[in-house]
Amino acid sequence: MWDYTEKVLELFHNPKNQGLIENTEESGLAVVYGEVGSIACGDALRLHLKINIEQDSILDARFQTFGCTSAIASSSALTELIKGLTLDQALRITNQDIASYLGGLPEAKMHCSVMGQEALEAAIYKYRGIPLVSHADDEGALICSCYGITDSRIRRIVIENGLTTAEQVTNYIKAGGGCGSCLVNIDDILATVLTGQEKSIQVATELAHQKDVSKDAPKTLTNIQKITLIQEVLQEDIRPFLMADGGDVELYDVQGELVLVHLKGACDSCSSRNETLKGAIETRLRAKVLPTLIVQAI
Amino acid sequence: MPSCLYLDNNATTQPDPEVVATMLPYLTELYGNPSSMHTFGGQVGKAIQEAREQVAELIGATATEIIFTSCGTEGNNTAIRAAIAAQPERRHIITTQVEHACVINLCKHLEKQGYTVTYLSVDQRGQLDLMELEAALTGNTALVTTMYANNETGTIFPIEQIGALVKSYGATFHVDAVQAVGKIPLNLKNSTIDLLTLSGHKLHAPKGVGALYVRKGYRFRPLLLGGHQERGRRAGTENVASIVGLGKAAALELREMPEATKREAKLRDRLEKGLLKTIPDCQVNGDIKNRLPNTTNIGFKYVEGEAILLSLDKYGICASSGSACTSGSLEPSHVLQAMGLPYTILHGSIRFSLCRYNTEAEIDRVLEVMPGIIQRLRDLSPFSSDDVAWLQDRQEALLVNN
Repeated sequence: MWDYTEKVLELFHNPKNQGLIENTEESGLAVVYGEVGSIACGDALRLHLKINIEQDSILDARFQTFGCTSAIASSSALTELIKGLTLDQALRITNQDIASYLGGLPEAKMHCSVMGQEALEAAIYKYRGIPLVSHADDEGALICSCYGITDSRIRRIVIENGLTTAEQVTNYIKAGGGCGSCLVNIDDILATVLTGQEKSIQVATELAHQKDVSKDAPKTLTNIQKITLIQEVLQEDIRPFLMADGGDVELYDVQGELVLVHLKGACDSCSSRNETLKGAIETRLRAKVLPTLIVQAI
Repeated sequence: MPSCLYLDNNATTQPDPEVVATMLPYLTELYGNPSSMHTFGGQVGKAIQEAREQVAELIGATATEIIFTSCGTEGNNTAIRAAIAAQPERRHIITTQVEHACVINLCKHLEKQGYTVTYLSVDQRGQLDLMELEAALTGNTALVTTMYANNETGTIFPIEQIGALVKSYGATFHVDAVQAVGKIPLNLKNSTIDLLTLSGHKLHAPKGVGALYVRKGYRFRPLLLGGHQERGRRAGTENVASIVGLGKAAALELREMPEATKREAKLRDRLEKGLLKTIPDCQVNGDIKNRLPNTTNIGFKYVEGEAILLSLDKYGICASSGSACTSGSLEPSHVLQAMGLPYTILHGSIRFSLCRYNTEAEIDRVLEVMPGIIQRLRDLSPFSSDDVAWLQDRQEALLVNN
C-alpha cells in the first residue's frame, strides 16, 4: 500500500478544479490547454488555463487526469498552485513544489508530480506559440527508448532534485523503468553531474576556507566564483535548517551585489520570513561571501 | 473505517477459525521438535504425519508424495531445479508468458546460465495453443512448467492434454497449482503430473507454509540441503504449527469445496453480470468457459486501476488490479499484456476473487458502489473514447496541437 499523506488522499477524494475550460469569445481572455502522457503509459494529464492576456496571468486552471491517486492529487495541487500567477511565475513551479504542497509523495510516485510540471509547460508554450519540439529536453541523445527520454532531460531532473541514484531517476521520470537496459547509461549521467557539482563545490570550499572575508578588505570575486560560493553556502549552511522546518530556499539570480532568492514551502507563508531572509540568509552570505550582498525574495 | 469486505482471495485468504484453533496448541504447549527422541517431540511428529495425509487426500496423492515447504515460491523453485537436475544433459525448458513471477524470474536466471527457455504465448482469453507447445517440444526439453489456473484472470489450462504431450517427449511435467488447489477438484493418482506446487495461505491456512507433490518414483533432488527432515528432501526444522494448520485447512477444503465453489460461482457470476450491466465500456478479461469459479477480472475503460482500488478502499472493499501503478515496477500486469489487451482496458483492470465466506450482501454492496466510483473517475479523465489521438506514441502527445 502506498503511504499517502492526508493531503494527497483529500485531493484524491475531493479534487479541486477538475474539468475543462470552454473556449471564450470574451476579449482580453485566452483559453489554452496542454497535454502530457498517454494511455499507454498509464497516466495522462490535460491542463486547461484561462489567461488574462494583458496581465499575462492565469485566471483559472482546470485539469483532466487519467491516472492513479498521486496523478489526480498532483494535478489538482498544480491547479491550486498556479491560479493567480503570471505565466513566468508559473513556469518556475517545479515538481518539488507540487510534492511539497501535497506534504510529500512516495518516491516511486514522484513522476506524477513531474507530469504536472510538463503539462504546464506544454500549455504555456502552446499559448506563446513556441513549439515544444525546441524545448531543451528533447535535444540530446535518447537514453530511455521505452519512455522516450533524452539525456538532457535526465540531467535536468537530477540537478533540480539533487538525485544520486538511477532508482531515484526512475521514480521521478520513469526512465529505466521499462526494460532496464538504460540504467547503466543513467548511472553514467549521474556520475558526470556529480563530478561537475563536486568541482564547483571544491572551488567554493577553497574560497570559503580562506580567511573570514568580513575582517579583510573585500576580495574581488568573479561572477562565477560569487555564484558558486553563494550556492555552496545556501546548500551547506542554510537549506538544511529551513528544510528541517518544512521550508526551503532556492537561488534565482545574482545581479551584482543583489542576490535574488525564492523562499519555498513553509518559509514562503511564514510570518518570520523577513527574519529568515535578512537575519539568517543575508547575514550568513555577508559573512561567508561578500559583506556588501543584499538578499531579496521574489 | 468500515470492516473489511474482502474480495482479494487470490492474493491471500483469511485463516479459518478451525485452522487457527488446531494450530494454537503447537504454538503454546506442544512446542517440541519433531526430530527429537523424547515423546514430547515425537508426538508432534505424529501431528505432522496426520497433516501430510490430509493434504495428500485433498489432491488424490499418497502421504509419502507430499513435502512441506514454506510457500509457493519455494515449491516452484524446488520443482524447477529438481527437474533440470534430473536430466542434466537436457538444456531446454518450456513455460508460458503468464506464469507467476517466481517461475518467470527463475527461468530468466536459468537462461543466463545457458538454458534455452520457450515462453508459450496466450490468446486474448489467456488460453494456450497446444500446437505451439507441440512445436516447441524437443528431445532436449528437460521440463515443461505451467500453472494450473491463472491468478489474475482465473483461466484454467488444459493440464491433462498438456501432460500427455509432455510425457511423449520424456520431459518432466511441473504444475504450479497454487491458485487451483481448493477451488477445483484434483486427482493426481491418474495424472501425468510429476511435480505440483500448492500454497497454504490461498486455502485458509496461515502464510509461511506450502507443499510440493513429488510423484512416487520421480528422481528428486532437494533444493534445501541440511538435516534429514522430510525424508531428506527438504531440510529445516518443520514449521509445525503452520503444517498442522495446512492439514486442517486441506481437510476443510475437501469437505466444503463441492458446495462452496458452486455458491461462489453464483456470487461471482452475479457480481460480474451486475457490473457489466450497470457500467458502460467494460469487459471481462479471461476465458469465461474455462475459469476458476471464484475469479472475475474486469477491465474498465478510460480510468486507472490504483485510483479504483483506493476508491473501493474507502468503503472497506479489497480487490486488486493489473495497472502499472499497482505493480511496484512501472510495468502493467505481464499477464494482461501477454493477452494482448489494449491499454484502454489494461490499466483499468480490477480483479475480484471470492472465497467461501463471501455473502450475497457483500456482492450487493460492491454492485451498489462501483458504478459511482467508475463514473467519478471517468468525469476526471480526459479520455472517453478509443478514438483519441493520445492512444498513439508518447512523443506525439508532447507536440503542439493546432
